[in-house]
Order: sequence, then structure tokens, then C-alpha cells
Amino acid sequence: MLVIHCPYCGPRPEPEFAHGGQAHIARPHDPANTTDEELLQFLYLRENPRGLFRERWRHARGCGRFFNAIRDTNTDFFVTTYKVGERPALPGGAQ
Amino acid sequence: MKARTTAGGRVDRSKKVRFTFDGRAYEGLAGDTLASALLANGVHLTGRSFKYHRPRGIVGSGSEEPNALITVIRDEARKTPNLRATQIEIYDGLIAESQNRWPSLEFDLGAINSLFSPMLPAGFYNKTFMWPRSWWYKVYEPNIRAAAGLGKAPSLPDPDRYAQQFAHCEVLVVGAGPAGLAAALSAANSGARVVLCDEQAEMGGSLLSERNANIDGLSAADWVARTLETLRANPRVRLLARTTAFGYFPHNNIGLVERITDHLESLPAHAPRERLWQVRATEVVLATGGIERPLIFPGNDRPGVLLASAARTYANRYGVRVGERVAVLAGCDAAFEAAVDLSAAGSTIAIIADARPVGSVDGPGFAAAKSAGLRILPSATALAVSGKLRVTGVQLGIVGQDGKVVVGETIACDTIVTSGGFTPSVHLHSQSRGKLAYDDQLGAFVPAATAERTRSAGFSRGVSGLTAALNDGATAGADAAVASGHACTALQFSAQALDVGLAGSPGALPQLAGPIPPAKAFVDFQNDVTTRDLALAQREGFQSIEHIKRYTTTGMATDQGKTSGLNALGIVADASNRRLADVGLTTYRMPYTPVTFGVFAGPARGDQFDPVRRTPSHDWAVARGGVFEDVGNWKRTRYFPVGNEDMHAAVDRECLGVRNSVGMFDASTLGKIEVVGKDAAEFLNRFYVNNWSNLGVNRSRYGILCRDDGFVYDDGVIVRLAEDRFHVTTTTGGAARVFNMMEDYIQTEWRDLSVWITSTSEQWSVVAVQGPKARDVLAKLVTDIDLSAAALPHMGVARGHIAGIPTILMRVSFTGELGFEVNVPAEYGADLWEAIYAAGQEFNITPYGTEAMHVLRAEKGYIIVGQDTDGTLTPDDAGVAWAIGKTKHDFVGKRGMDRAALKAAGRKQLVGLLTEDPKVVLEEGAQVVLAPNQSIPFEMVGHVTSSYYSANLGRSIAMAVVAGGRSKMDQTIYVAMPGGDIPVKVVSTVFYDPQGARLNV
Ligand SMILES: [Zn+2]
Repeated sequence: MLVIHCPYCGPRPEPEFAHGGQAHIARPHDPANTTDEELLQFLYLRENPRGLFRERWRHARGCGRFFNAIRDTNTDFFVTTYKVGERPALPGGAQ
Repeated sequence: MKARTTAGGRVDRSKKVRFTFDGRAYEGLAGDTLASALLANGVHLTGRSFKYHRPRGIVGSGSEEPNALITVIRDEARKTPNLRATQIEIYDGLIAESQNRWPSLEFDLGAINSLFSPMLPAGFYNKTFMWPRSWWYKVYEPNIRAAAGLGKAPSLPDPDRYAQQFAHCEVLVVGAGPAGLAAALSAANSGARVVLCDEQAEMGGSLLSERNANIDGLSAADWVARTLETLRANPRVRLLARTTAFGYFPHNNIGLVERITDHLESLPAHAPRERLWQVRATEVVLATGGIERPLIFPGNDRPGVLLASAARTYANRYGVRVGERVAVLAGCDAAFEAAVDLSAAGSTIAIIADARPVGSVDGPGFAAAKSAGLRILPSATALAVSGKLRVTGVQLGIVGQDGKVVVGETIACDTIVTSGGFTPSVHLHSQSRGKLAYDDQLGAFVPAATAERTRSAGFSRGVSGLTAALNDGATAGADAAVASGHACTALQFSAQALDVGLAGSPGALPQLAGPIPPAKAFVDFQNDVTTRDLALAQREGFQSIEHIKRYTTTGMATDQGKTSGLNALGIVADASNRRLADVGLTTYRMPYTPVTFGVFAGPARGDQFDPVRRTPSHDWAVARGGVFEDVGNWKRTRYFPVGNEDMHAAVDRECLGVRNSVGMFDASTLGKIEVVGKDAAEFLNRFYVNNWSNLGVNRSRYGILCRDDGFVYDDGVIVRLAEDRFHVTTTTGGAARVFNMMEDYIQTEWRDLSVWITSTSEQWSVVAVQGPKARDVLAKLVTDIDLSAAALPHMGVARGHIAGIPTILMRVSFTGELGFEVNVPAEYGADLWEAIYAAGQEFNITPYGTEAMHVLRAEKGYIIVGQDTDGTLTPDDAGVAWAIGKTKHDFVGKRGMDRAALKAAGRKQLVGLLTEDPKVVLEEGAQVVLAPNQSIPFEMVGHVTSSYYSANLGRSIAMAVVAGGRSKMDQTIYVAMPGGDIPVKVVSTVFYDPQGARLNV
């Protein structure tokens, strides 16, 4: 059972949260004018890295908010969690 | 108790305890384990082995015991199998039984397997039962099942209660031996919150087996007592004895099982049997000590062959001599210390046969054995053991300088104790994803880099010697306290003890070279894996230790190879000419020792297994014999039988009752979400496929929700209560996921919108009143609402009172009849139900359940999302494209359903099916084919989604998704069934009142 730091509530146990898949998959601003390729990217293609991964969580049985996290999929340790609209750099400075 | 010493040990010699083993009465002392009490009575034979049914005796003294697996019987329902005799605390009246034998332990028919042992080598199961395939289910598998397995699970429900508790602490110390106690003392001094747990009944670990050691001027026993007193007096320290740390989970979450009542003679009325602790520790100290390895030689599994440290524990801690004439086989200095202590307890030491070469052994153990006058034979090996149910002697060999073995003397003895060195217990460190490194000096793996905030201390990281172990523990405890934010300096200890070395060389003892292979030498006692099995695996090409483990099953029994793992690695390394460090390790998995199902289930059983949601009409339905079905967590009434009606008759009557007069239905389980804010309409425009801007206040509309991929996700009626307020209904099962999806888009995609959503599913009770007389029933109950068709047309909404209860009254219909859904605050739901039922009496109102609801809606072709759709249907596929707001530039799913593949011809479309024989009701889920009598594999073009007998139509009806279905109207296609293909005609999904005349009245 992980401990997850909700950016609004602080550290809480994993059962309070729902995982939401890869983060920063933005819905196209004008879906009508997206190509099939862009739509494919938006709907279906997801990373599954071994290592640092930006992912979404929802504090579903808490404040209800969606937020993002950087988690190392090797170790299950979180680098950080952050609010919607933010995008902290990865360790080492990469965006 | 012929093998009991005259004094000493930690048993209470004034308190006799009576128990039975395999029906025979024995006497032990308070403080005995079943193992020590049996040994005190001269009983070594405690079980039969798993594969060959060989007689087996007690080997160890703690949780590492591989052989002595016992069933303890308290009553019919309380029969606990596979307990280790070394961990069972005896109480007056204890009933214990051996396992894996028939008819008796001394004479076991299963031992015939031993005669066939050449046919039972490694991989036997994989090789033998391949052919013929059909024999597997009928012959091999049932016979293997009958013959295999250890103890029997009880057949009655578990009558005991199991508790579960979360705990937080700054420092968790696992293991209360010298290092663990010193760590806890140091950490507790700093003010940190400390939890100290130990799997044994008494804390103290190896200190409880010491005879002469002292610490800071106190005997080991007195130091333990004083230390526990200090810790107990500290309110920030929690001591948990009889508590096994069985699993190390991420983020320093450690699972402990505390055994609370198993050791008690009578069960207290309200105590749980066990308690699961889920500890979240800031820092962890692992002081789990180590486990002695047996030496491996032919016949090493005979009853009477024990670990040297176990024999020493029986002598010093329990006052029990494991034998009168003992041969000691030494691969480690600990054997010397055991020999000295056994001798002091009154046993004769026949010989100390040391496997190590002449002149290579020195040190305090050797010196102590010498000065005790014990005979030490260097460069020795054991070639054979005599005796069947108990050791009677050992044939020694001598290893020459060239490595060749010659036959040596034969030693008569009733017991053999062996020490192959000690293995640090790195299980929890390894479970926490810590790395291991091979220590050549020690001959074992020790912890290297950690992954969690944890540290190992004492012998669990290879530190031996009492003073060193104490101070290593103290340093680790202080380090953990500092890391958790407390100022702390490590305590310092000074101890006097024999401090023998614990190093050894994993592997098997050398044997005679020659054409006749020696008798079996066992590596894994519990799974009956021998040196030959490991060699065979090598010869057959298995290289990876993970493969060898699975092929030979070594380390895969309930003890997970605690005593055998490293020896198996040593043998594999020797056989493949690799360094042991290069062979690698198999993964350590939780649980450290077996854990009961009960403690994991905890209170989640029976009524508390899962929450139950009840509708407002629940009690009313129960009182009238309603039959329920589970829909998610909801209990919904499926039908209301009258008299002796079966479901078919009841549903027919209910369906006819609705269409002929009026029916009532509890629709409270529908999901409800209130959407509020100045952008509420805009939000719904973007979210649902429909147009909402033009929906007037107090009007409602059927809405379809898609995902962005264009597939139908949910549906429901949406009411506009005010310009900026909508009452959204969802499917019963979809409420939570629709709410989650709304939150997702509001919080992350459309942050420009001013809109809030609230789940109101639990706030509203809903009774659907449906049928030509629905208006007449409600007219008797409302005073301030005009129910006329002009004032309240189909999809109209009114607010006022019904039976004096404030209501939102919606004119909606899921039956195709004139219908209303009466919404009232949830707490009035039962009253409303009763009021409508009473008012409906003069119209013969029919309460109906979910089954009739399904039939009625299917007669009208109304879909159920999730039944008639499956996540691959667009609104057009499902025949509800009319709901789409054509003028909208965007909504969720618009672009997705615009993809070529989702508009292509030949997609599966929802259609109606009519069987040629009106009495045949199709199977839901059955496959649809275009031509009959195809050969396998035939081409499937769809499947039946809904199928019922319709009493109103006097025939069966069905809906199905069929490729290009709407272009096949009036054509005959087939539903494939085992009994033959059933011809069906493709028709519209609307079977009843296609003009909708009954709706608009
Ligand atoms: Zn939160």
C-alpha cells in the first residue's frame, strides 16, 4: 500500500486514490479539426516506461481532485505530485 | 519425561501440562513447545515426508522447522493443519496429530512410494503425466490430489474472529533478539514511537538459549527481563510477542500477524484469534537473526538428526536432552558450542566429526570442546546413517588431502546434530527490494543496498559475537531514530559469551566415489528434494536457479526453503563449476511463514463481506415475498410472486398489469447528479451528444453520453430545473463512473467553465407509476400539480406535493405507457411507495420488479446501456443517433465517431429478432449467423443482447447486434445453438405500439 501525497490533502493511503493513467494527454482544443493520426495519439497511444512516469491520480475517496505525479515504476516511489496546470521538471531537469 | 534435565531452562517445572499426540497422552511443562515436550518424552518421529512418506523427526526449534508439521484440534471447527511443532505452545488438553500418514505414523502405506523412488525423480510430474492427455483429468490428477498435500483444511466455517488494525510508528524493530532489543532500547530513548515485534512467545531470541553469557554484568536472561521492563514502562513503545512480520510492502508498510489465543487452554469470550497489523513505519530496523543450515549427507533426514543450535536450545531453554548418545557433525564452530552444552545437559558426546580439514579449525568453540574433553575428528564426512524410525548410528568417512573419501569408523548414537553454518534471515530486506551480496567469509548472502527506509542489524546482516550484535543493534536503532527526526545516540553494551563463528560452506558433504550411488541425501526436507534431483536438473540442462527451483520444487514448500535454499545453491554451484555468488538467488516472497485466510478476511465475511444498498420499498417487498437480485451493491426486487407463481408467471402478470391498467416500480437506484452553475448548460452541451441549450426549464430530455472514442458510455433522462441547474440521471451501474468522468472533464479539460456537480443518488427516492391509469392514481395524491396532458406533456416536469411530500414529478416512461417518475426526498420514499400503492388499489395497481421492467422496455426497443451496447457501439449502431445535436461543433465523442471505421458499412447494428416459433426464447449472448449448418469455424455476424417472452405480444422477442443489421430487415438469419440453428426474422426493435400512441395521452 503506497502513501500518496495529495497536493490538497497531504499524505494519504493508496486505497483513497484512483489511478488515472498517463498524465498530460490533453484533449484537442478543436477536435473537429484534428487528423486521424492526432486522434489516434489522443485516444489510444500511451507510454509504459520502466522508470520515471508522469501519471494521473484522483483523490477519489478524499477531496475528489485530479492531480498528477511523477512515479518511478521501478521502485513505486514518487518523485513529486502536483496540481493540474503545473509541470515540474523531472530529476535532472528534463521536461 | 525421561529426557528432561534436572534443573535449568525457562520451563516451569512446577506446572505439568497434559496433551495428546496421535491419541497418546503425554506430559510436558508450562513453557514447552509441542516439540520440546515430545522430545522430553523421547519422541522424535513426528511426521511422514511429502513425496516418499519417509519417517521424519523434529529438526529445528523455531519457525524454520521443515519436518514437524502438525494439526492441532480444538473442536470440530477448529482444526488447524500444517503448524510447526516448534511453534505450538502446549496447554492442558492440547490435541495434536501428525500428518501425511495412513494408517499410522509408525506404519505408513504411502511409504511404498520409497520403493518406487527411482520413478519419482525431479520433474516426475512434468514428464510422466503427459500422455495420454485424456488420462490427466480422470486418472492422474485425482490420484495425485488424493496422495499429495499436507494437512487437511477444516470442513466447517471458521468460528473465530479476526481483528485488523493499522498502526503508525517512527521506528519498527522486527526481531527481539540481542540486536533487536538493543535497537529498540536505543530508539526508545530518543522519544521515538517504537514498535518491537517477535514471532516467538517470549522475547529475547538467541539470548533465551544462552547458558553462560552475560551482558553488562547481568545474565542473559536477567538482561532480557530488565530490558523488556524498561521498554514496557515506556508509553511510546509497543511490544508485540507471538507476532510475525510476514510481509514487507511498499513505502514501509509492514504486515504483522499477532497470534492471540492459539496458546490458551480456554478461549476468552471476546478475544480475536489473531490480529493483522498493518504498520506504517517511518524507519525500520530488521533484526531477524539467522537460521542454521543442516549438513547434507545420505540418510540425513532420519528422525534423530537435528540442527545443532536447535539441540542446544532444547537443552538450555527447555531443559530437554535431544538424545543420550549424540554424534556431532560440524561444518561450523557452532557445533562445538552445542556439543559442550549438550554434554553439560547430561548427553554423551560420542564424537565431534568435523567436516573441515585438519588444522583449519581454531577459535573459542574448538577450545571449549577440547577443554571439555570431547573427541574431535577432523576431515570427516558422514557416509550413511543406520536406523529407520530413529537414528542408531552413523558411518563416518575420512576425506584425504587429495579429496578422496575413505571409509572411517562407525559410531553408535541415538542422535546426530549437525551445523553447516548460519544463513542471515534476509527475507524482509529482500522483500523490500533491497539488494543482497554474497559474503565469502560467512558463506551466505547479506543485505547490501536498501530500497526502503530500512536497515538490517546483528546477524541478519552477518554481524556475529554478542557484544558486536548488541552494539550493531543499538547503532541501527539510533540511526533509525535520527532518520525519523529524533536526536539519539546509540547505547553501548559489553557482553561475555563464547562467541563462536557462524560461517560455513553451503553444499553437500563429500561422498565415496564409486559405481553404487549412496542413499538419498535430502536438501529440502519438506518437498523431499535430494542432491540427486538437483544433479539431474543440471544434467537435463537447467541453468537458471529459478528454473531449477521449479523443476525440482526445492524451496517451494510451506517453509520456502528456510533451511535448504543456500545448500541447494551450493550444490548447484559445485555441479556447474560456478561460484555460488554467480548462481544467483531465487526471489523471496511474502509471507515469511504461512498466514491464515481468516486474518486477511478479518471482519469482511458474511453480512459484512460487502455493503448492501436497499431501496425504499425493500421492507415492503420483503414482507410480500418479493424475490431479489443483486445489481451492484443494490438489492432490487426482481418480481413480486403472488401465491405459487414462478418467475415466468409473475413476470407475465406484472407486464400485463402495467399495460392493461397501471404498475409501480422502485426506480430509486438510478444514478443522479445535480449539475449547477452559470455554465451548466454549456457543460452538458459539450459532454452529452444532445443539444441542451434549447431545453426549457421544467422540461426533460433523454441524453446519450459517449466517450471521446465515439462509443456509447451511458444514458439517462436529464431535467432542467432552472436556467443554471440540471438534474441528470444515469444508469444504476454507471453513476460512479459518469460522475468521475464529469469531474475529469471539469477539472482537467474545461477549466474555463463555471460548473459544479454533486452526486444526489442517495438524496432522491423514485417511484415509477406506469400505465394507462397512471394519471388517475396520481390525481388522488396531488393537489398542487396539474396532471393534464396540456399542462404536463410527455417529458414535462412539475413541482409540488404528492401525499403531502414535496416532489419533482417527471412525466417520463421506460415502458411506452403513459408514465410518471415521482421523485421525493429519500427519507419519504417508503411513505410514498405505500401511498401510491394504497391510491392504486381501485385500479388494481401492480407492483413490478426489474424483470418485468426489462421485458416492458424491450417491447418498446428501449436499450439498456451495457446490455444492448458493449462499449463498441456508436449511437448510430445502437439506433439512437436521433439524439445527437446536429448543429453542435463539438461534444465528447463527436470526432471519435466521425472516424471512417465507425461510419463504415457493415458495422454491427441493433435490430429486433423474431423467432419463427413464437414460443422459442433465444439465449442472450447466443451468436448470430447468416446461413445455417455451417461447419466450424462458422462466420459469426453478431449476438443476441436481450431476449424475453412477451405476454403482451403473446410471443418471444429479442434484440441483437448484427453486422449490417438494418439492411437485412425481414430477412431470415440464424441463431446458432448446440441443439441446432434457430431461424429468426430481422425486424425493427420496436415490437409494441410503434407509433407511440400510448405515450402521448
Ligand atoms: Zn485530496
